[in-house]
Amino acid sequence: MQLLHEPSPSMIKQEKVYKEMGVSDQEFQMIEDILGRLPNYTELGLFSVMWSEHCSYKNSKVLLKKFPTTGEKVLQGPGEGAGIIDIGDDQAVVFKIESHNHPSAIEPYEGAATGVGGIIRDVFSMGARPVALLNSLRFGELKNPRVKYIFEGVVAGIAGYGNCIGIPTVGGEVQFDSCYEGNPLVNAMCVGLIDHKDIQKGQAKGVGNPVLYVGASTGRDGIHGATFASEELSDESEAKRPAVQVGDPFMEKLLVEACLEATKHPKLVGIQDMGAAGLTSSSAEMASKAGSGIEMNLDEVPQREKAMTPYEMMLSESQERMLLVVERGSEQEFIDLFEKWGLKAKEVGRVTEGHRLKLVHQGETVADVPVDALAEEAPVYHQPSKEPAYFQQFQQQAGYRPEVSDYGKTFKDLLQQLTIASKEWVYEQYDYMVRTSTVVAPGSDAAVIRIRDTEKALAMTTDCNSRYIYLDPYEGGKLAVAEAARNLVCSGAEPLGVTDCLNYGNPEKPEIFWQLERSTDGLSEACDVLATPVIGGNVSLYNETAKGAIYPTPVIGMVGLIHKLEHITKQSMKEAGDVIYLLGEAKPEFSGSELQKLTEGTIFGPSPAIDLEVEKLRQSQVLQAIQAGTIQSAHDLSEGGFLIALAEKAFGTSLGAEVTIDDSDVLAAFFSESPSRYILTVKKNQQEQFENLIPEAKAIGTVTDTATIKVTDKQGHTLINERVQPLEDAWRGAISCYLKSKD
Amino acid sequence: MKFAVIVFPGSNCDLDMYHAIQDELEEEVSYVWHDETSLEGFDAILLPGGFSYGDYLRSGAIAKFSPIMKAVKEAANVGKPILGVCNGFQVLLEAGLLPGAMRRNEKLTFICKQVGLKVKNQKTMFTNSYGEGETITIPVAHGDGNYYCDEQTLDRLKKNNQVVFTYSENINGSIEDIAGITNEQGNVLGMMPHPERAVDILLGSADGLKLFQSIVKHWRKQHAITT
Repeated sequence: MQLLHEPSPSMIKQEKVYKEMGVSDQEFQMIEDILGRLPNYTELGLFSVMWSEHCSYKNSKVLLKKFPTTGEKVLQGPGEGAGIIDIGDDQAVVFKIESHNHPSAIEPYEGAATGVGGIIRDVFSMGARPVALLNSLRFGELKNPRVKYIFEGVVAGIAGYGNCIGIPTVGGEVQFDSCYEGNPLVNAMCVGLIDHKDIQKGQAKGVGNPVLYVGASTGRDGIHGATFASEELSDESEAKRPAVQVGDPFMEKLLVEACLEATKHPKLVGIQDMGAAGLTSSSAEMASKAGSGIEMNLDEVPQREKAMTPYEMMLSESQERMLLVVERGSEQEFIDLFEKWGLKAKEVGRVTEGHRLKLVHQGETVADVPVDALAEEAPVYHQPSKEPAYFQQFQQQAGYRPEVSDYGKTFKDLLQQLTIASKEWVYEQYDYMVRTSTVVAPGSDAAVIRIRDTEKALAMTTDCNSRYIYLDPYEGGKLAVAEAARNLVCSGAEPLGVTDCLNYGNPEKPEIFWQLERSTDGLSEACDVLATPVIGGNVSLYNETAKGAIYPTPVIGMVGLIHKLEHITKQSMKEAGDVIYLLGEAKPEFSGSELQKLTEGTIFGPSPAIDLEVEKLRQSQVLQAIQAGTIQSAHDLSEGGFLIALAEKAFGTSLGAEVTIDDSDVLAAFFSESPSRYILTVKKNQQEQFENLIPEAKAIGTVTDTATIKVTDKQGHTLINERVQPLEDAWRGAISCYLKSKD
Repeated sequence: MKFAVIVFPGSNCDLDMYHAIQDELEEEVSYVWHDETSLEGFDAILLPGGFSYGDYLRSGAIAKFSPIMKAVKEAANVGKPILGVCNGFQVLLEAGLLPGAMRRNEKLTFICKQVGLKVKNQKTMFTNSYGEGETITIPVAHGDGNYYCDEQTLDRLKKNNQVVFTYSENINGSIEDIAGITNEQGNVLGMMPHPERAVDILLGSADGLKLFQSIVKHWRKQHAITT
């Protein structure tokens, strides 16, 4: 009966209905060849979502292959719900980052909330207990009222979901740039803990085993969400609001607890969440990975609305749903287990021989397609690549140097730049303490959570300075990985691995593909040198509006292991009298810096370059010095440069600093963002031991109890003399000040 | 001494409460699932924070109908210490075990941070280990923590010394800075701040531990007299 509304196979071909689903002429021909006949509407739907960029990585696969993905501690690399890394004592850490950009552009609260919900499911579907959330957010300039609305909605959505489900949101980053105005980025990361013996895989093994559907019923929300995520945003995007899902964190809380109980059940065969492309991707992928098939009776699928068609059921992205395969005969045990949590588990199909996904609806076969064709055999494109004209131009603009007449004023102005200003307004809305394990709360270089019943802790961060990646994708890519690792090292952790979220514009444009190509080269090289393999991630392309593409923004999520709780180090200064050390040299490079943005309102010129060997050496030196107990506090120099880092070290304490700089280039010493640099504080009586470990570090001053920041040059001239309190007030208040302003 | 941590569907600070009692207070503790009907054998009842039933309808409004709540009321009537934190406080209000109601925070956003609390009454079974007028640091994490009651109720609360904690700085719009109150008998305490998150200096504060120690101290004293 529903077929009355759906075009027939021949009509689909004649009227090119497939184009509406994002399937090209060539791809349609491939589908016809695979099936040996014309696909019906439902089958075409299955192919269109599974072959979307979001699910198949068809445009990025050739580049993703370059990433180092293995290492002796890697227990699970890319390909499952989330990657897994060994942390010793038969425990492992599970983590993954994912984007929810387009939904958040249209419906910020639900878009962000369901992004959080989705990434949590990826982690617990591996059998892991989710223990922390992070995010990475990009918005347009906060002066724009629409941007304010999106910003406030996204933060509330992340808070609404994470707080309710009871997983602390411990860290992240927020940046503002006009390129994100119509296309914000909302990347959510989840970190989980697991015992080796509990690791699960999403596989549909064992012919005859039942397939169970668990969780929320299927509605018409989110249909074609994956396809929607794989096209540019336009004025018509508003009409795709129904492609944005609605979240229910309470349901997911029950689902977490019930599924973690189920993963301990010996008769569980496989489990996978229904994320992008819902029932289609979970069933096809589980069957494909196990080399089997699945047959489902769609009449058994719990439905929220009446008269849903097979097409709608298979493409729905309703949230909080899981697919399980269990041993035949044990289904009642699982049904009872879920019942205890108030959840319904329902048998909707079985594992079959052959490698086909067969769907039956009201007694008729409505789809019968090879699973591998859906899950594995999507076309792979190597898009043409072309160096953009802007890049050549930027390369020739070396030597840019802004005019600064009043260092003190520039210092204060920079503190109120939104990328630098305190993100307290954001993270105070997140419950970052629930589960009582958060040792280092948001606001430091990396967040730290202890691992209960051990002496260990995990450090985690998300990082990406997209300005440098825009200026020079290759150098910028290296810088992003290096900064993430540096942040972990500052907290006392050994970096373990990476999950990346690659946010770019439309890859079918050669200049965009070039950005992808060059930045993934940089990312791969840095991951290789710093021994942080990529264990999973997500690609989000087509982030553009009529006004153009976003900056290339490959967000790096990184997790590190702190071997002993006593190694945990914070960025804040600790005690008056401690000696302040600076490690690394400032070069006069200002392109892409916060100072350039402040002075020029835009960025241009070549990005700073990074020597990865120097980066690696310094990371190991700092980590060693922390582990030897010689470092009181550690902070890396990033956006804004030295003065900003020094101020951040004083904020939240009642301390100040007196330092002398001997650089002839004061502007570079104060505001350059040259990489691989740290400010470290050391107790007087540990100076010798510290200097033996890091001979290159220069003592530049002392921590004082006067709460002022005083900088003099070698001749004794005062360059900066500012009380900390007014600086801190300006830095803390900047975001809420912007939100309150009416213009 | 044996503590019960009540677990409603959607509770999420149950784990924190459990570990505070077991690891830091070092007393006996068990989870009690919301559909149980008896609390026999427990000396103190803890209602943890979270989002029971997703806070749907109103915070705590559905949890009050859970089967275990009858047993909680009975325990309250016989004078056992009952502590409701955050969502637990909201459940106690909805169940009528404490007077007043909660509204959305004044600024309409969720607030998570360490706050200063004044101990207004240190003669209760929950606060006897604190000093007179002591100011302590305990974190809050809530969206609906704006306490309200009518004038007569407020007068009664004040006259009976039922206001136990006030905020040093009013963060959510609560009437008279109220952060925690007891019932008239003084054996039921509801508070928005989370003492169970402040039991280990590694996580920022250990000022909450004295609250749990007070419960034990009171119970030991009472127990010594009656046995």
